[in-house]
Amino acid sequence: MTSGLWQNWVLPGIWITVQLTLYSAALATAVAFGVGMARTHRSKAVRFLAAFYTEVFRGTSALVLMFWLFFVLPPLLGWQLVPMWAAVLALGLSYGAYGAEIVRGALNAVAPAQREAGVALSFTPWQRMRLILLPQAVPETIPSFCNLAVELLKGTALVSLLGVGDVSFAAYLVRLATQESAQIYTVTLVIYFVLAFLITRSMKALERKTKANLGVVVK
Amino acid sequence: MTWDWSAVADFMPRFWDGVLVTLQILVLGSLLSFTLGLVWALGLRSGLRYVRWPVGLVTEFIRNTPLLVQLFFLFFVLPEWGVQFSALTTGTIAIGLHYSTYTAQVYRAGIDAVPAGQWEAATALSLPAHRTWTAVILPQAVRRIAPALGNYVIAMLKDTPLLAGIGVLEMLQQSRLESAATFQYTEPLTVVGIAFILIAYPASLLVRTLERRLAR
Repeated sequence: MTSGLWQNWVLPGIWITVQLTLYSAALATAVAFGVGMARTHRSKAVRFLAAFYTEVFRGTSALVLMFWLFFVLPPLLGWQLVPMWAAVLALGLSYGAYGAEIVRGALNAVAPAQREAGVALSFTPWQRMRLILLPQAVPETIPSFCNLAVELLKGTALVSLLGVGDVSFAAYLVRLATQESAQIYTVTLVIYFVLAFLITRSMKALERKTKANLGVVVK
Repeated sequence: MTWDWSAVADFMPRFWDGVLVTLQILVLGSLLSFTLGLVWALGLRSGLRYVRWPVGLVTEFIRNTPLLVQLFFLFFVLPEWGVQFSALTTGTIAIGLHYSTYTAQVYRAGIDAVPAGQWEAATALSLPAHRTWTAVILPQAVRRIAPALGNYVIAMLKDTPLLAGIGVLEMLQQSRLESAATFQYTEPLTVVGIAFILIAYPASLLVRTLERRLAR
């Protein structure tokens, strides 16, 4: 592989993949906490809507959702999404639905006495959530969110099918140019593996930090 | 923008072809991932370091890299190595191989959960290794792992559209062909999206019931 291909396609491709991962992870986190908290809401209607959202977005395929947002939504709404944002929306919304289940599980795992203590101190529901439940639930979610973040990183490869110039798309172009399939795809797989390793490492550090705030030591 | 039912009707023959191919990938991919996953799991428990270490490295690598890139790797590199498969076969191998690294973890957890006394009993009866596995350990492990395996079958279903990337005529690829021929994008894609929910949601309910049943 020549250095020109490397500089013009692969390196920018890695950067696009990193950006995609960060943006969709941010959206997925927001959706996960929003929908996850809604699933523990008092109102039955709110709980139903949140559950409906989770089932629909977990039920369909991320790639089909991405195509749908890219090809079907524009004529319905009259405006076109940039492929990159169609991808971020599809990945964020579907992985957010998986994340919502993690948040719900962690909130339910907080000892009931903690919530009752909040009631006894006449905290509002929002104060209880913000000051008591979330600080204890968040560290518990991190190992599962770590797995989900690696899944999300792998999911970003799908955008290459929409023609977004991520590292998978770069690999495709380089293969067309050089016909060296084994080399370029091995390099690409190693790049993803390194990125996944970085995610795992930083999530471990984050877990240690958030648990230290609660006075729990992670081995 | 209006919804055109006749476009849906026109898509139906292609759609059913796609459903059949999707289910075919799913069945063969599941069988491959179940058997290969067991091989990985046994390799990871091997007493030999030269077996444990490479198996661990390979499965970690496959698990942490995208299925789509693995799919392209196999599709473009196998012919270079003189192995020629159809797109459907390559895709099924890729999906089965990818998910085998997940099922390996499931098997591992299931095997670890069999009480140590069962191993000791097998040793006390001086059962040969293959009898210990087939008559004592695996039958007990399978009960625990069936629901987790079911979840991965559903996950695999939702990854089958990736095979459209190498031209396999599954549901998504059929909808793309239909759209390319008729310029109707809304109906075929929406039908396929809903089809996934209609298959995946009852399946996940089934897995949940199974989980509750077997937990008792």
